[in-house]
Amino acid sequence: MLRDITLGQYYSTESLIHKLDPRVKLWGTCFYIISLFCFKNFVGYLVAMLFLALVIRLSKVPFRFMVKGMKSIVFLLLITVGFNLFLTPGTPVVSLWKLKITWEGIVLASTMALRLSLLIISSSVMTLTTTPNNLTDGMEKMMGPLKLFKLPVHEVAMMMSIALRFIPILLEETDKIMKAQIARGADFESGNLFKRAKAMVPLLVPLFISAFRRANDLAMAMEARCYRGGEGRTKMKPLIYKKQDYLAYAGLLIYFVVSVALGRMTF
Amino acid sequence: MSIILDHINYIYGEDTTTPVHALKDICLQIQDGEFVGIIGHTGSGKSTLMQHLNGLVRATGGHIYYNGEDIYDRDYDMKKLRSKVGLVFQYPEHQLFEIDVFSDVCFGPKNLGLDRKETELRAYDALRKVGLPNELFYQSPFELSGGQKRRVAIAGVLAMKPEVLILDEPTAGLDPKGRDEILQQVKKLQTETGMTILLVSHSMEDVAEYVDRIIVMNDGSVLLEGAPRDVFSHYEELEAVGLAAPQVTYILNEFRKNGLDVDTSAITIGEAAQEIARALHR
Repeated sequence: MLRDITLGQYYSTESLIHKLDPRVKLWGTCFYIISLFCFKNFVGYLVAMLFLALVIRLSKVPFRFMVKGMKSIVFLLLITVGFNLFLTPGTPVVSLWKLKITWEGIVLASTMALRLSLLIISSSVMTLTTTPNNLTDGMEKMMGPLKLFKLPVHEVAMMMSIALRFIPILLEETDKIMKAQIARGADFESGNLFKRAKAMVPLLVPLFISAFRRANDLAMAMEARCYRGGEGRTKMKPLIYKKQDYLAYAGLLIYFVVSVALGRMTF
Repeated sequence: MSIILDHINYIYGEDTTTPVHALKDICLQIQDGEFVGIIGHTGSGKSTLMQHLNGLVRATGGHIYYNGEDIYDRDYDMKKLRSKVGLVFQYPEHQLFEIDVFSDVCFGPKNLGLDRKETELRAYDALRKVGLPNELFYQSPFELSGGQKRRVAIAGVLAMKPEVLILDEPTAGLDPKGRDEILQQVKKLQTETGMTILLVSHSMEDVAEYVDRIIVMNDGSVLLEGAPRDVFSHYEELEAVGLAAPQVTYILNEFRKNGLDVDTSAITIGEAAQEIARALHR
């Protein structure tokens, strides 16, 4: 029933991209997105597309999984394209009644669409190839310097990984409670909005209670094992850069320099 | 009037890379008024099978007939089926949500569209049937003990007046006293109202005394089926799949191996004691 909801949609397979250190992928996504905003011509986007295609190919994740992430922004994409297409002043190409499509509008709309799509797909590549736990580990390490500003980096990372870990558990629980209430004749699917919202009470109350119970148990279990926060805590699998990670950084640097140089050139 | 399962197959996640064949070609018949125990190891598919019986999970292959009607027919009324086949889930106390016990039990009959009087009558009746003392009726369900909560949850399903009651591990996590009380109440329900009861459990000891028939599930298929005595006589087979016969079966078999001529079919401690005494006095 609820199995189609995917959050942190990790696609499990063996590939070069999967094996990379999460920090490489995080920085990579960061710089890729920055590069997208530097381009002034289509050559830059072409390079960006080729680079992304190469990464997707290396990751061995089927392309349809990337497109799945696009579904959520179709609406946003349409609005952006629409506004840019019709409301950009410049030399008109087609005019329909009061609406004018200008040459500048077409260019702007298509760059916007390209930029947004590449942005979403590139971040999808990261989440599809990195397990949520790895991702939080990477973030914790990257945010390390922020400790100087008294930011509880370890605690934030721990909260994130616990939250991520609990998503499937709570989904399963929801499924179970839902079934139990359906067996008692509950109806979650028909009726107007108000009726449906009311129908959620028999689902939400038990769900919250069980979430609190689980949180309590977890806190107790952590305390029983002497968890005291990040101070002086070591890792079982510390993140250490390997040869492939340095190579990936090199590849990334080359991409960044080449694409930005080409993208900012005026022909 | 019966439930017939005709070659039921169920596959989890058929479109993923790792499909799981949870139920393999199950054919069963459950008669009216029968008390059936369904035994199996964790992951043997017993709970999944039970969820098929009231249409919560749809089989990927095969048919289920309830009173002669195919429940997968397009115009079959699933909501009616769910009121006829009551399903009490594992840890049913986790589904309680109302502010007091009585209104929680009213939830089921209210969903059937009954009027207030009938709803309250049924709720009251159901709570009496599970043996919950009157003074607890207007307490918050969250203040009750584990065994009491479970009774309330079972009453919640009973109040819909089902013809068939399925209980999925109703004794899990209860102490021996609570376990015996619940099982006795269920047995009483069957003998008094003639309700068909399916009891899912992984413990032979739990069901041996009460049920008419045992169905042993293993790895998604039916391994053994028959009266408790017959099933327990296959205790070596049961052990091979990680289940165990009641302890008295082992003791009696051990006696027999060592030369004492006892009948090994006893299933309760009382019966076994009598049998041993009889053999010794001869």
